[in-house]
Amino acid sequence: MRINNFKEFLIEKFLFASSIVSIIVVTLIFLLLFSQGILAFREISILDFLFGQTWQPTSLMKAEFGTVPLVYGTVIVTSIAMAISIPLGIAIAVYIAEIANPIEKEILKPIVELLAGVPSVVYGFFALVTLATWIQQLTSTNSRLNALNGGLILAIMVIPTIVSLAEDAISSVPKEYREGSMALGASKWETIKNVTVPSAAPGILAAILLGFGRAVGETMAVLMATGNAAVVNFNILDSVRTMTATIVIETPEVAFGSLHYHALFAVALLLFVITFVFNYIAGVIMRRYRRTGR
Amino acid sequence: MNNKLLKQIIFFQIFRTIAASVILFLFIMIWTFISNGIGVVSWSFLTDMPRRGMTEGGIFPAIVGTIYLTLGAIVFAFPIGVASAVYLVEYAREGRLVQIINSAITNLAGVPSIVYGLFGFGIFVIFLNFGTSILSGSLTLFLMILPTIVSAAREALLGVPKSFREGSLALGATKWQTIRHMVLPYALPGILTGAILAVARAAGETAPIILTAAFFFRPSLPKSIMDGTMALASHIYYMATQHHAINLVRPLTYGSVLVLLGLVLSLNILAIAVRTRYRRRKNW
Repeated sequence: MRINNFKEFLIEKFLFASSIVSIIVVTLIFLLLFSQGILAFREISILDFLFGQTWQPTSLMKAEFGTVPLVYGTVIVTSIAMAISIPLGIAIAVYIAEIANPIEKEILKPIVELLAGVPSVVYGFFALVTLATWIQQLTSTNSRLNALNGGLILAIMVIPTIVSLAEDAISSVPKEYREGSMALGASKWETIKNVTVPSAAPGILAAILLGFGRAVGETMAVLMATGNAAVVNFNILDSVRTMTATIVIETPEVAFGSLHYHALFAVALLLFVITFVFNYIAGVIMRRYRRTGR
Repeated sequence: MNNKLLKQIIFFQIFRTIAASVILFLFIMIWTFISNGIGVVSWSFLTDMPRRGMTEGGIFPAIVGTIYLTLGAIVFAFPIGVASAVYLVEYAREGRLVQIINSAITNLAGVPSIVYGLFGFGIFVIFLNFGTSILSGSLTLFLMILPTIVSAAREALLGVPKSFREGSLALGATKWQTIRHMVLPYALPGILTGAILAVARAAGETAPIILTAAFFFRPSLPKSIMDGTMALASHIYYMATQHHAINLVRPLTYGSVLVLLGLVLSLNILAIAVRTRYRRRKNW
């Protein structure tokens, strides 16, 4: 009996230790990015890093570490992606949750899951070879790989995230809400527009925020689609370079412990903080939403 | 009233068109890869070494590399992820600690893969001195898929009715015996679904392994976990953007994409199938 107790005790401790791993990993990620990133600011000022207009880390004349072009790249590509994926994502979510017949539902739901399962390098390759050609034919742009290309492919990648979470939110609106609205003479469409979707708004907002977090952090597809010129031209048909792409391109070549090395960790820290904040807000919304007991 | 109905019909049609266009997009994309890649994919493409600076031959080392990296990741992630979920569902009492663990898992799920990549590079490749190796890559992927497995396993465990546990405990079984014999078996399909999806995700990840494990070209198979390796996902990236004769190798690149896409989508379909089957058979 005592041996049995001891075994139970050991198992519980093992399970507990396993569940602590997540906390340790989050903490370690933050500590590593912070401790390595902060070292960059011994040599460059934080202001130059955040507001500098030039990212030229390997220039022999004068290395510059201004992240404005990289942040611009991320912002423009993400904006295009969200402008497309938010309306389309919500439309599809509404369709699946409220309009589709059972057979359409059976087809649509797995297709959305498959879209979410396609690796980002595959999306990137599609953007590189096919989407870029379509855009070039339509717009006769000079730079085949550009912000629009990156934004479009990113929109496709974010849609599954928005659809599946928004669909959950819409489906969990109580039936009585719809019945009440219909009983008052509203059509199905009016009910969706005026009752169901507004009731699911917090869940839909959380879906958008998580989609945004995914878009900001997406790497390979954007890297292969945008051409990676670190310039600010305010033209969606020009090449841009995102923060994520910068890390992939430059890390394999960087000298360990150099200013450039630390600057890349600072960029990653910036990314980590941005996605952390958005995920945190989305989490808070979802938790509060659930607690109000629908 | 007629106006109302017309409006509804128009909007429903717009929504239907949008939903259909997403399906269309997936099919166009898959068709692009099939039509351009099917001519390349053959038994020898899958089992030959690359030759002549990767302009000829197969992708065998990349396939093997992907398998090693993915297996390495799941070997760590499965036991730790499931154990973590069991603790959270069966043992932990609601409180500060559980809240912190839960938010840590949520946040881990949202960390961009490139941040995992740079973290793995800093910790495993440089600090622990594992170098660019299968070990570094597997550990990085392990951290990345851990939240997926924990969340799936947690959902599955929560789906097992309380009465199962109570019945077992009432018969004198210990807590662990109850979990082992009355909870885990019923949660297994859900846990497996999550694990398969996690494997699919790990197999397709590119950015993290470029920083921790992948070689542009390696003419032999890795001999130990301390060796670097080629991998399908990174191979596609290199062939598409870094190779010195990009146009010459384009057909081979299409072939590699088709192989990776086939692998990843089959795993996804398998996961969906396991889940559907299990839902249908669930009769408590």
